[in-house]
Amino acid sequence: MNDSERKAAGIGLAAVLTAGAAAAALAMARRKREAAHGSPDSAPGRTARRNFGDYDVEGRSVTIARPRQELFEFWRDFQNLPTFMENIESVEHTGPKRTLWRIKAPGDLTVDVETEIAREIEGELIAWRSVPGSDIDTKGRVEFRDAPGERGTRVTAIVAYDPPGGAIGKAIAKMFMREPAIQMRHDLKRFKMLMETGEIATSARRRDATRAAKQEEQTRHHEKEEA
Amino acid sequence: MRALTWHGKHDVRVDTVDDPEIINPRDAIIKVTSTAICGSDLHLYDGVIPGMKSGDILGHEFMGEVVETGPKSSLTKGQRVVVPFTISCGACFFCEQHQYSACSNSNPVEKQDLAAPVYGHAMAGLFGYSHMTGGYSGGQAEYVRVPFSDIGPVVIPDGMDDEDVLFLSDILPTGWMAALNAEIQPDDTVAVWGCGPVGLFAVQSALHMGAARVIAIDHWPHRLELARGLGADVINFRETDVREALMEMSGGLGVDAVIDAVGMEAHGFAIDNMLDTVKQKVGIGADRASALRQALLAVRRGGRVSIPGVYGGLADKFPLGALMEKGLSLRTGQTHVQAYTAELLELIQQGKLDTTFLISHRLPLEDAPRGYQCFHDNQDEWTKVILKPGMKMAA
Repeated sequence: MNDSERKAAGIGLAAVLTAGAAAAALAMARRKREAAHGSPDSAPGRTARRNFGDYDVEGRSVTIARPRQELFEFWRDFQNLPTFMENIESVEHTGPKRTLWRIKAPGDLTVDVETEIAREIEGELIAWRSVPGSDIDTKGRVEFRDAPGERGTRVTAIVAYDPPGGAIGKAIAKMFMREPAIQMRHDLKRFKMLMETGEIATSARRRDATRAAKQEEQTRHHEKEEA
Repeated sequence: MRALTWHGKHDVRVDTVDDPEIINPRDAIIKVTSTAICGSDLHLYDGVIPGMKSGDILGHEFMGEVVETGPKSSLTKGQRVVVPFTISCGACFFCEQHQYSACSNSNPVEKQDLAAPVYGHAMAGLFGYSHMTGGYSGGQAEYVRVPFSDIGPVVIPDGMDDEDVLFLSDILPTGWMAALNAEIQPDDTVAVWGCGPVGLFAVQSALHMGAARVIAIDHWPHRLELARGLGADVINFRETDVREALMEMSGGLGVDAVIDAVGMEAHGFAIDNMLDTVKQKVGIGADRASALRQALLAVRRGGRVSIPGVYGGLADKFPLGALMEKGLSLRTGQTHVQAYTAELLELIQQGKLDTTFLISHRLPLEDAPRGYQCFHDNQDEWTKVILKPGMKMAA
């Protein structure tokens, strides 16, 4: 892995780390817009051309030609997340509503984040947040709504991230600020591919050249280091 | 395996590279028996398509034998198949509507970022046609990994030669879709710009669909002869004022439908690149851009405009006024190959479409670089080149 690839992999951290105070930040953004412009337009607050105060909030929607319940159930099993979220190396259950996410960080490091389900509406919404004492403070949610007619399901993921303190934290945050949207878009598109086609497209010619293979290699590398 | 690889402008070589492997469950591996050089490959050869990397394997018109299948492939070893150049999942919103070249799921996620800023959305993955369309290894090789092999490949019945069916991969459905997009009516006079393979198949398709008269426009005498052989009238634009001729040949009405099978080599993907290219190639660029301009002026009021020709960037002096004021309708797009292959295979079997008339050369794969050079330099004689991986080099 060269430097630019490492950086690219590290960017992955952002998508999940950016989870944090999503609803609050969005509401805040909406209030700000209303104050500044009178009545708001119909667009989601996260698309506003403004900053969200102290928060980095990213949200993306994708339409998937599969039933809502099926998509909900796949996502709800957080151990499925590493199959389409590039930056999550592994997910382990630590309690009935708790999971430990191992997330890739820059410099070939990983960060552990223990999350708990904060809110759940069967077939419609999953919200999670990091528990106190995690390396990173993060919150996020994913919503599933029926798309018009026969078009399947609209999936919207929103993650927000309150940058950690300290010079290093700020530097990392700064690096993340630009990229979470890209990572989230990629993750959602991979989710769509997996659910619609049963696989994630790759133009590699050899198995060892796929991104998934490179990811597994990195995971093995980490496991070896720990052993 | 041996494969034709791209290394830069006018630099293609036959190299030894790793064989492809099954990666995803729906994959198949095809052993190529015949593959062709497409006119659009010359855009890659000329280095005007961005997103190419040294070592990329070219080729998007190919067929062969199934030699390996993933667990979810519908193919079986030993079948002969023609592979569409568009890679399509068959399950997304677009594939469900048979808009296969707009497939959401075949262009790898990270590659979609290359095209999305330019077009607003990424298109489907294509074989051997730059990383903007996925960076898939192409078919000018001994073996190809074919994703979504349960959706694309057309199984060929015994007894049909490769050359009868190879062009189902691209140029025949492309010419066919061009004629469909022109919405041809029985009494129509249809004008086709460009007598390359796609133009020639558009001519044949338009006549098959019942056009009263098809007028083919080019400047290469041999290519015009091929069009004439199909039953078209022809105009050599080096000799004749095209618009005046078309007005007279359509009784002063203007032609009912126009098909631009030229495309524009003077294309770029950024504004500055586009302007530079046009500035640098005033002669060629103006000629080629003028085909579409001329078509929009020649078509009658309320007429139909079909554009199978490849465009990638921005058009200068596009006659938007003619489009609006005359109430024209315009249809274009990369070919939805999978939507047409079954019907076209049947028409070939019934002898209603001839696919072999335009083949001018058959070369061993090892001789592919010469094929590119001659196809590029001598378009009059070299109308279509087929490459055969198994064929021996001439002494």
